[in-house]
Amino acid sequence: EPGHGPYQPHEPGYGLDQPGYNPYEDEIPDPQARMLAVKNAKAYLLKTSTKSGLNLYDHLANILTKILDEQPTNTVDIIENISKDVKWAQFRKKMDTLREEPLIPPTFEAAEKYKALFVRQGGEEEHEGVEEEMGRPALPNVMEVAFYFEQAGIGLNKDESYYIFLALKNLIDVQPIQTCRFWGKILGLEMNYIIAEVQLREGEEEEETGEEGEGTTAEEEKETGEAGEEDEEKEAGPPKSTYKPPPPIPKEPNGTGTNKYVYFVCNEPGKPWVKLPPVTPAQIVCARKIKKFFTGWLDAPVVSFPPFPGNEANYLRAQIARISAGTHVSPTGFYQFADEEEEEEEGADTYEENPDFEPPPVAEMVESLATWAHHVKGILKQGRCVWINPVQKSEENEEEDDEEEEEEEGEEQQEERGPPLLTLISEDEGMKDIPAWTTHASTNLIPEYSVAILQSNRWPGAYAFASGGKFENIYFGWGHKYSPESYTPDLPPPAEAEFPSGPETTETVDPTVEEEMAFKIAQEEALAEAEEEEDEEGEDD
Amino acid sequence: MEALSVPAALELVAGGGAGLSPERRAALGTSLPLLQRDYRFERVWFWGCIQGVRGAYYIAEGLGPDRAAPRSRLYSLNCVDWSLLTPATKEMLALAEQVKGRFQGDPSFEYSLAEINAEAAASLIGSGKEPVMKEEARLIATIEQIDRAVGIVPRGAFVKTSLGSVHENRHFEGLSLVEAKKLSSYFHFTDPVNLKNKTLLEKADLDPSTDFLDSLEHDIPRGSWSIQLEKGGTVVVLRSLLWLGLTFYHVPMTKQFGYVYFGTGEKNLDLPFML
Repeated sequence: EPGHGPYQPHEPGYGLDQPGYNPYEDEIPDPQARMLAVKNAKAYLLKTSTKSGLNLYDHLANILTKILDEQPTNTVDIIENISKDVKWAQFRKKMDTLREEPLIPPTFEAAEKYKALFVRQGGEEEHEGVEEEMGRPALPNVMEVAFYFEQAGIGLNKDESYYIFLALKNLIDVQPIQTCRFWGKILGLEMNYIIAEVQLREGEEEEETGEEGEGTTAEEEKETGEAGEEDEEKEAGPPKSTYKPPPPIPKEPNGTGTNKYVYFVCNEPGKPWVKLPPVTPAQIVCARKIKKFFTGWLDAPVVSFPPFPGNEANYLRAQIARISAGTHVSPTGFYQFADEEEEEEEGADTYEENPDFEPPPVAEMVESLATWAHHVKGILKQGRCVWINPVQKSEENEEEDDEEEEEEEGEEQQEERGPPLLTLISEDEGMKDIPAWTTHASTNLIPEYSVAILQSNRWPGAYAFASGGKFENIYFGWGHKYSPESYTPDLPPPAEAEFPSGPETTETVDPTVEEEMAFKIAQEEALAEAEEEEDEEGEDD
Repeated sequence: MEALSVPAALELVAGGGAGLSPERRAALGTSLPLLQRDYRFERVWFWGCIQGVRGAYYIAEGLGPDRAAPRSRLYSLNCVDWSLLTPATKEMLALAEQVKGRFQGDPSFEYSLAEINAEAAASLIGSGKEPVMKEEARLIATIEQIDRAVGIVPRGAFVKTSLGSVHENRHFEGLSLVEAKKLSSYFHFTDPVNLKNKTLLEKADLDPSTDFLDSLEHDIPRGSWSIQLEKGGTVVVLRSLLWLGLTFYHVPMTKQFGYVYFGTGEKNLDLPFML
């Protein structure tokens, strides 16, 4: 074919090979005109927006700068977000004319408190001297216990454990404490509780008993006063109810039974420790019937039915008592009774460490529950560890109404017996088909260094470990007992029975005037008849 | 919680006292990346641990490219060997609600349905199967229930693209301290139920790319979440009161967040009495 040589004027492609007429050259060849166009475009981009005062040119420049600085992947997908961020950053700068105080987030305040923990208190030399005198240091080795529990996956993170360690040290410095233990942590809705179990040095608790004694004498006076009033006012006002509520069961004295230990709580390590009041049997009995979350404020009211006698501090103390009684265990044989005689008595409350204790191997502790024993006395239904007969006590207080009391309290309360101290935990009943305790070793891969771990199924969150001669109990949880059935609250008591209605007390309708007249007429007729009869009889004679 | 951040995250949720022993942590560190490789997951989450009476189940979840798609779940008894669980079916969910009590710890344990639900037992007998429910099925159903009810993420952490798939938001810088204490800044990471019921006015304020899930504000019963600032105010921890043991953590102004379950796998039906 003939090549496509220079096109002839009559052919359609003529003249297109000249510069300026090529259809593929869209740009204006004139450089001057191009510069002008660029300037126009830039001026357009530099136009400031009437609304925000920004202009597109600067904005695009900032975006590109940011992108080139940060070089994110897949930029085209997030370009809109980048644009928004750049705009937002601009916006903030403009507000800087008024310098705001930098917000102090609560983190810094908390950090201050934690720092205070690390400052050593004054009087170091005195404390060292005291420690030498005492046989055993009062401060427990929280970190060691935390290590053993960590082998089972239980426990707080190391920082928090160390803060608690320091907080316990502060507690010991402030209060006269003989022995101290980290009992555990109870979670709450707004704040949590860290709990220390403590035995105060003897002589420190006398102040409280003095107050209690005064309280009871005041009550006694009040009761006798009321009895006196009853005798006087028998005829004056409406009959007073002869109902006397059952006498309150006295709480156990400090140092025994449920009040064997004193508990201090704080919300966070670094905050001051608060002492919990001793627990009364009524509180324990009521705590068994309710199930409420803790809020974290000790003075919060506990709104429940049956109404709980106390506020959250009392409820917390009652739950702590129940958990301790139910789940504090130690290897069998670690504790023994001081005298053999006490072992037979029910009231055996004291135990001491067995110096000849040989710890069984970990494998045995995991397999058999008979290697563990409770070392806290169980709480009876009454709410105490040692049963007390409330009738006897009340006779001492009220001397005037003895006879009435004996008549009313016909039902004798049966003496309750609980399992003796140091029972093996293999005797604990399970619920349905769930055993009361679950054991496992901390590791199956390295049996020679494993730790025996005990988990309670009745109180989820209660754990114990044993390794060699060391053991410890701890609790991390919400503070409630496990029940396979759902919680059903107590029903309110039935309404009081009304006085039985009989013919004597039913109202009768008043007779109307006609009825009364008819009755009167009938009576007069009857009288008249009777007189006639008498007259007739008289006549007969 | 993300598999890669398990060690740091466990420190943050340890406020409840539950965690993993060093042996299990080390085992997770090796087995979760292997899971990701074998099953070709894009992300692997360590879901948590359900305590049975005789043993514990450790659960992991694997996510594909669309994070909102149904997740594959795996369980293990020792954090080393993992087995895939079948997806939950409606019958499983319905039956599992009836079964009460603790998990036994043995995946082949069978709950006799005759005691629990006579109708279901009868229908199963009719269709030729035995009237039992295996613990494995109960496990699957429980995990699904927990994820649906209380699996939460912070607002803005995930974005929905116009194609409907959900991804992590790479621009998520974390909630501010003020936002982090509000229930409305957290979403259930599951198909939304209440979103359609919002009024038009409310919907107008929402951003469809980030607000495509239900927030926690309207959870029933009110007060079923406990929000706390822990570790001196550096971590926001949310604990569910409906499923005791579910803990969600978030460090404000950072990208760290996640949730984990350490518990017995039982719903807390007594919640209204306890509040």
